[in-house]
Amino acid sequence: MKKTKINSNSLLLLITVVLFVVMYAGGCIIYSSKGFTHLQTFLNILINNAGLICVASGMTCVMLTGGIDISVGSLVAMDCMILAVGIEQWGWSSPVLMVLILVIGVVFGLVQGFCIAYLDIQPFIVTMAGMFFARGMTAVICRNQVSIVSDKIFTTLAGLKIELPFGGYMNKKGILQVPYLRITVIVALIVVILVYLMLKYTKFGRSIYAIGGNQQSATLMGLNVKKTKLKAYVLSSFLTSIGGICYCLNTMAGTTQQATGLEMNAISSSVIGGTLLTGGVGNVFGSLVGVLINGTISSLVKTNGKLISSWSNIITAILLCFFIILQSVFAKIKDSKK
Amino acid sequence: MSSLKKITQKRLFLPIFSMILVMLINVIYDMACGNAPLTFFTVTIKNGVLYGRLIDIFNRGTEAAILAIGMTLVVSSSAGTDISVGSVMSLYGGMCCMLLAGYGNTNVSNYAVPLIIGIGAGLLTACVCGLFNGFLVAYMNIQPMVATLILWSAGRAIGLLLCNSQIVYVRVPSFQKIGGYVGFIPTPILIAAACILVASLVLKFTALGTYIQSVGINKKASRIAGFNSAKIILLCYVICGLCAGLAGMVATSRIYSADTNNIGLNMELDAILAVALGGNSLGGGKFNLAGSLIGAYTIQAIDTTLLALGVSTAQSPVFKAIVVILIVVIQSEPAKDFFKKLGKKKEMAKGAAQA
Repeated sequence: MKKTKINSNSLLLLITVVLFVVMYAGGCIIYSSKGFTHLQTFLNILINNAGLICVASGMTCVMLTGGIDISVGSLVAMDCMILAVGIEQWGWSSPVLMVLILVIGVVFGLVQGFCIAYLDIQPFIVTMAGMFFARGMTAVICRNQVSIVSDKIFTTLAGLKIELPFGGYMNKKGILQVPYLRITVIVALIVVILVYLMLKYTKFGRSIYAIGGNQQSATLMGLNVKKTKLKAYVLSSFLTSIGGICYCLNTMAGTTQQATGLEMNAISSSVIGGTLLTGGVGNVFGSLVGVLINGTISSLVKTNGKLISSWSNIITAILLCFFIILQSVFAKIKDSKK
Repeated sequence: MSSLKKITQKRLFLPIFSMILVMLINVIYDMACGNAPLTFFTVTIKNGVLYGRLIDIFNRGTEAAILAIGMTLVVSSSAGTDISVGSVMSLYGGMCCMLLAGYGNTNVSNYAVPLIIGIGAGLLTACVCGLFNGFLVAYMNIQPMVATLILWSAGRAIGLLLCNSQIVYVRVPSFQKIGGYVGFIPTPILIAAACILVASLVLKFTALGTYIQSVGINKKASRIAGFNSAKIILLCYVICGLCAGLAGMVATSRIYSADTNNIGLNMELDAILAVALGGNSLGGGKFNLAGSLIGAYTIQAIDTTLLALGVSTAQSPVFKAIVVILIVVIQSEPAKDFFKKLGKKKEMAKGAAQA
């Protein structure tokens, strides 16, 4: 007789998926009169969090190696500021700026990754310095809020609606409402799928899992641990830059206080999605579900209308705490079994 | 040559060197501006209170210095940093002002409850935050920075919640006194002095400091030697929480309001930078409190200098981040090996030349 065993790792992911379904269903029941049941509400969660999905994918790769990257929120803010100031004050065209941002992301990741992988400094310290550096740079570039209005390509990209052929409904005035997606969502979903394929089928992806599982045995197996770690941080910063562009397409502005706490959301999405903080276990689709849970929480808080927006921060923190403790408990059980 | 090496290898070399460097920059800046070269060091009495740039640095550096005490202990015992201190400061402000003003009021000139209850509740909240962090780190074996990340985000949010997302003003003279003046001396300086005195007395006359260092150097060995490692780490985090609360008390009273969004913003970087600048390894183990304190005041001196040079507070993190990275790079093992090899090569070249 062979029993199908659920190991603790897939159990974490299962808990996450169930949590999301319960949360969303709860929202549908409580706020059905406020339009929570429409397909568009769900799509809006995706649209609002497209940037976060990209960032969380990168974060997952870094966390799989056992590291962490808390510079992402500030990097997104810096990207938005460069885009906004570049378009409005320097008069550059947006495709050039987007390439520039991606290059900056790669360089940023190279510096951080070098310090972490080759100089053996704690990832947290390095990326925290990176976080303050990027946030400060945002203020150095411009201290005012800059809105993007003049660039045609950028505004068209931001305004582009991709309508879905199903799920439409009549609103109160009898006008057909067709659910739509933004281009950012498509980008984010492509990123998730590419990262998933990369983690699953490429040598680099498998090395990431191996290093996170056990760095020593990965070294003994002949893997280049330092190079892989460096690449992981470069990938994270690169994906963060893509996320930054998506984020900017959503907000259409650059401010110094933009995307504060985004790193927290990205980390909690990964952790809630079943990525172990110690590395080696995790899945980028789990992180996607994690982002959706985060989005649902803030959406519920917004739909309620009476709650202060900081509630969504608190609930996310509580969830993060819960999942971290759960992970630690599972790890203890595993240890005691050995 | 050898005496120079001896000096550079002293533990307090880095903080004192950087402090002297900052002072020199100030003197040069003053001279360039046409002021007397020693304007930086002059202390006068204006309007009945002490006045001068040094006083200003000691006054404004209070928060960083108090935080540095707690952070030094945390870094030493658990090889990780507590990044929630800034948020805990802000949470203290929210709690204290909410109680003093009564929930929902934003501008009061009378206490709703006695001052001591407000401050006590605030400090207690800060201690509970420390307890929470310490529990996660010591008993759940979670990396310190991930564990404190929870409160880093939630602390400020809870503070906002307590203040109903508004800035709560408490316009009572006795409340402002904590951030103001006693006689002609700024109160924050006295508070910092008291904290430093208590901390150094405790470390000098009890074995706590030794315990903390031994736990930081090797957690398992200390446990086998009979220390309760987890309890010591927990204690360090509670002390760090309390320090964050005290720093929050000064910061809140200074502006006699709970500006939850801005109190303690980026303070965690200052505290960690102070510890690193003080010559302490961020990898845990031995610590040097005096170094951290000099580091904290040096950072404030850098801040004041940057402000004088026209760099806004929003931009200064760039410089601090670069300093942090430089310090940790110099401290890292591969870099040390590299410098050693470089030194050896030089000696070899010398030897070859002599031969």
